[in-house]
Amino acid sequence: MEGLKDVIRDYVTKEYLEADSDPLDNDTPLISGGIVDSFSMVSLKRFLENRYRIQIPDDKATPEAFDSVNKIATLVEEFVAKKG
Amino acid sequence: MSNIGSYEDRVKDFSWSISERELEYTPGEVINIGWYATDRICRLGRGAKPALIHEGFTGVKRTYTYNDIRLATNAIGSFLRGLGIQDRDRVCLFLDRIPELYLGFLGILKIGAIAQPLFSAFGDESLYIRLSNAGTSAVITQKKHVAKVRKVLDRLPHVKHIITVDHDGKAPLKEREVAFSLEAAPAVENFAVFPTRAESPSVLHYTSGTTGQPKGVQHVHYSLISQYLTAKWVLDLRDDDIYWCTADPGWVTGTSYGIIAPFSLGVTQCVLDAGFSAEAWYRFIEKQRVTMWYSAPTAIRSLMKAGDGLVKKFDVSSLRHLASVGEPLNSEAVLWSQRVFGRPFLDTYWQTETGCIVISNYPGMEVRPGSMGKPFPGITATILNPANHEPHPAHGKIGLVALRSGWPSMMRTYWNNEEAFKNKHRKGWYLTGDRARTDQNGYFWFVGRDDDVINTAGHLVSPFEVESALLEHPAVAESAVVSKPDPLNLEVVKAFVTLKPGFSPSQDLDLEIMNFIRKKLSPLAMPQEVEYVDSLPKTRSGKIMRRILHAKEWGEDIGDTSTLEND
Repeated sequence: MEGLKDVIRDYVTKEYLEADSDPLDNDTPLISGGIVDSFSMVSLKRFLENRYRIQIPDDKATPEAFDSVNKIATLVEEFVAKKG
Repeated sequence: MSNIGSYEDRVKDFSWSISERELEYTPGEVINIGWYATDRICRLGRGAKPALIHEGFTGVKRTYTYNDIRLATNAIGSFLRGLGIQDRDRVCLFLDRIPELYLGFLGILKIGAIAQPLFSAFGDESLYIRLSNAGTSAVITQKKHVAKVRKVLDRLPHVKHIITVDHDGKAPLKEREVAFSLEAAPAVENFAVFPTRAESPSVLHYTSGTTGQPKGVQHVHYSLISQYLTAKWVLDLRDDDIYWCTADPGWVTGTSYGIIAPFSLGVTQCVLDAGFSAEAWYRFIEKQRVTMWYSAPTAIRSLMKAGDGLVKKFDVSSLRHLASVGEPLNSEAVLWSQRVFGRPFLDTYWQTETGCIVISNYPGMEVRPGSMGKPFPGITATILNPANHEPHPAHGKIGLVALRSGWPSMMRTYWNNEEAFKNKHRKGWYLTGDRARTDQNGYFWFVGRDDDVINTAGHLVSPFEVESALLEHPAVAESAVVSKPDPLNLEVVKAFVTLKPGFSPSQDLDLEIMNFIRKKLSPLAMPQEVEYVDSLPKTRSGKIMRRILHAKEWGEDIGDTSTLEND
């Protein structure tokens, strides 16, 4: 999906990083690195669901699946494909 | 045999002087937690023993011996003194779980200043409220969080220093900022620890109530007496333990049992500074050979959710004792841990205000899954009749959990709020704000909060604070905040809002409101659901009736609605 990773990375940068923070790359650990905690993951999940009109079940929204831009993109692509 | 031995015998013969004798503390003499946690252990000949094993999220491991932490805390204390920080000044620690948080805490105490740890995920408004109330002199933080401090600095003239512990020189320091590097700091072998006494203030933790702004719970150095003995008897800490307390020192568990107690006992503790992941946690236990594990129900339920199969991939056989804190531990979690770890998580009950465990299940005592356990020896706990604040004469009646004031780590006051402190007491009892009942064998059973405070994942969130912040959002006209049930976190925040003219409900607005609160207050305070309503239930005098919304969320009877407007 064109630009998916850019969209996720820009959103995380805008919403979860403070000014002057080191820039994110697509493999930066988000959950294990403490950038996004388990509570904040709820709003990130909500953003993805709103933007891509998908529903990510709670059992798929694990800390491991949300741990980097690359992993989130894989998850989103899976549910977008299921939607058809 | 556990450290406590027979609970009944301990209750019979109990005196806090047991702890004083073991710590070789003579009442009336100097008592400084920073010294007890570092210098004293070295004097006992254990300076070469690992005190802190720290692992960051990248897997980098650093080990500090007791002599290392003695020198490091001396260096931090010396640096703070050099800045002009004096005894009783408030010094905030606004840090992730990096070594500087643990060592900075003790360094602050060593100079007689008051340590004010704050959860590093707090948003700028939460930070401002707490720094402003405490009249904080200095903030120790890191590059990642300094922007939040800068945002509120203009409104905090009393903050004279912002100390950044990982300044890399890439961007210039700004007004009032100074860099400190633990690695580069010169070793300070001889350091004059400030001669604090039993009643000298030590720690200021902020906690949320139903109304008003968060309150600063003030503890004193004498709290060590309770924290030491409860850790020894309940957590059963022993000299050869590898101890892991998963709590963040931004909250009281992380300081009482993540810094003060284990270090004063001379135990080796390990810290994992990484976000939660079941796999990472099991790997950490396996790698560090953790023997005693003190965690929280939300984490335990998350581990349960990850499945039994995952545990089996790791060698967790080193675990010999498990305990839990923060919110009631459901019986399923107790039974699950018995099945997968071969031992139950023992629930412990206490609060920021109590400073130490006050009701608990004990090693060697029969565990009743789902129960809070029994009062710690030396603690008098009861269930009060809310109507007259007298103890219920019979078991089984639900009432207010109350504690007879007077144990060493009981808070001494709420910072600058003596009235709130007085309001927490009735007839010599400290009112915890929780409801429970006892059974015929003296076990306490948690029922719920007696107020509107939301306990989410073991952290208290004030509905008032969230409602006030919501009103600052341009779309929100009115708001009411209650808890809603959550299988993982026990409760989460739910907001009911009415919108101003020109705004209409949408999924994007939901998200905008959620993020607004997350950044302003904290991720814990972020509503996980926003419901738009045409009007909120109010009394005829205009007060919002949260209890009606709460009852609906929890499927409870809404009770008396005779005072409801438009009813």
